[in-house]
Amino acid sequence: MTDLLRLQDIKVYFRSRAGLFKTVEVKAVDGVSLSLGRGETLALVGESGCGKTTLARTSLRLIRPTSGRIIFDGADITHLPESELKWFRRKAQAIFQDPYSSIDPFMTVKQILEEPLILHKIGSREERMEMIARALEDVKLTPVEEFMGKYPHMLSGGQRQRVVIARALILRPEYIAADEPVSMIDASSRAEILYLMKELQERYGVGFLYITHDIATARHFSDRIAVMYLGKIVEMAEPRELIENPLHPYTQALIEAVPEPDPNNRFRERKVIPGEPPSPINPPPGCKFHPRCPYVMDRCRTEEPQLQEIKKGHLVACHLY
Amino acid sequence: MAVLDIVNLRLYYKTLRGTVRAVERVSYRVEPGEALGIVGESGCGKTSMANAIMRTLPSNVEVYDGHVIVDGHDVVRMSEEEVRRKIRWRKVSMVFQGAMNALNPVIRVGLQVAEPLIIHEGMDKREALEIAREKLKLVGLPPEVSDRYPHELSGGMKQRVVIAMALVMNPKLVILDEPTSALDVSIQAQIMNLLKKLKREMGLSMIFITHDIALASDLSDRIAVMYAGQVVEIGSAEQVLLEPKHPYTQKLLAATPRLRADITPEFIPGAPPDLASPPQGCRFHPRCPYVMDRCRREEPPDFEVDGGRYVKCWLYGEEG
Repeated sequence: MTDLLRLQDIKVYFRSRAGLFKTVEVKAVDGVSLSLGRGETLALVGESGCGKTTLARTSLRLIRPTSGRIIFDGADITHLPESELKWFRRKAQAIFQDPYSSIDPFMTVKQILEEPLILHKIGSREERMEMIARALEDVKLTPVEEFMGKYPHMLSGGQRQRVVIARALILRPEYIAADEPVSMIDASSRAEILYLMKELQERYGVGFLYITHDIATARHFSDRIAVMYLGKIVEMAEPRELIENPLHPYTQALIEAVPEPDPNNRFRERKVIPGEPPSPINPPPGCKFHPRCPYVMDRCRTEEPQLQEIKKGHLVACHLY
Repeated sequence: MAVLDIVNLRLYYKTLRGTVRAVERVSYRVEPGEALGIVGESGCGKTSMANAIMRTLPSNVEVYDGHVIVDGHDVVRMSEEEVRRKIRWRKVSMVFQGAMNALNPVIRVGLQVAEPLIIHEGMDKREALEIAREKLKLVGLPPEVSDRYPHELSGGMKQRVVIAMALVMNPKLVILDEPTSALDVSIQAQIMNLLKKLKREMGLSMIFITHDIALASDLSDRIAVMYAGQVVEIGSAEQVLLEPKHPYTQKLLAATPRLRADITPEFIPGAPPDLASPPQGCRFHPRCPYVMDRCRREEPPDFEVDGGRYVKCWLYGEEG
């Protein structure tokens, strides 16, 4: 079986203005390779500024990478012009973080869902209505007739996000990049949206790239987790393996920082890594984590570790191993 | 004596949609040196309640009554001038949500921390800056940060500055409204460690407002769970987290994804009610798995369930 999506050594550098005439280079993504199988969910976990959103946008060819290749369904789409990408635009969809800004407030739910069908010239009017009704049933916005006529402001945050999911699914895509799809949803409804995405994924066999800062939801809703730090993947494994046997010092610190509801927490201090992630404008040489790493060695300061398989299915980029 | 004693506090807003009942007859106390966690989802009234304590209220308040007793004074009945002189910042201070992004960009942070001392205490600038540097040190920042501008600081450092500001007049109680929601988890853990240290070393009382019940457990001695403008359960951290009684608390805990266990998270069907037209009876009844006839008609009072824990639920009515 071929992979659905393969990213090969993707680098995305931006020019950022520094003062009036100078520009500097921001290395948002700095050499990432990964693959996603059909119907698989890969969680990309990292803190703000680590490049996870840039990587997701690149995988959708919303950004052209500075170097590297994007292979989708066996086809190299890295440099295809937009006019030859229409098939890809149908097969790859996005779900963004903010359900308040990712749908047009002046369109009804029906219009929002019909738009992609019209753009891709799919179905007759009646067939389109049927597809919209089925999509709304899929995301459990029923009775369907009632929701079709509603405007976004009449919906709750959770309901809006369901509309966004329905819009992403209506073209029967093979790949969806979901960027923090539940971070703006209340805790009591978050799992509901994630279960819904999982259910639809299983029904339609969609491959998901699940971008999140929340490693706990990644544990329960993904098949593999990749941890990013400053434009690089530092560790990748199946959720349980990654959380129970984290190898990279950064992953270990990330896990240690997440509290569970436990009354004993208040009596102990958390082991924390000092400092904050450095700027991607001027990243440190060698391992990018070395200035904050409790196990730093001489080698880490000069030589960048490569991502390699330590155990079966468990990859880490760290000189300790 | 309690640092804060709230009795039957109500806060309603007048809006175009009608009266929004943001805080509905809330009562609790905060004891010296204690951290009380206030947990609830967005729109449950937790920030409104904090503003009611500080009396930092918007102009569309329709009802503001009950008692907020701080140091023998009832904040609800004091004049604005008295609150400003006697209570706000001096007895009770607050770290507002997003305050780290509201620092004045053109004033050095030391002076921003020192400002209340100059205005309220009439200190001269040099003396006030000296105290500001002490407070910055207390929150783990080197003294030279005092001469920096906000844009030169990272997010975690700015959050520490805002905490130093809240401490500058040595209040007994600090209200922290989502102090880490804009920060990454690794920085969040640093700030939580700092808050634990301040509580332990200074004997500071805290009200810690958060939507995240797991995070609340990192600091709180007692936890109050809010739903639709009301405290539905309040008790020690052990009582609330290990043996939750109110169905909402139980469901909220079950909805919290566990990083270290295979327990899959649940969810609560439906959404919290609109506070302009809350449901009759118990406000949670439309989403409650144990709903009874009585819940639809009558609002439950606070029942005391095993010593010092109060639960607003009819399930505990008969046994009590």
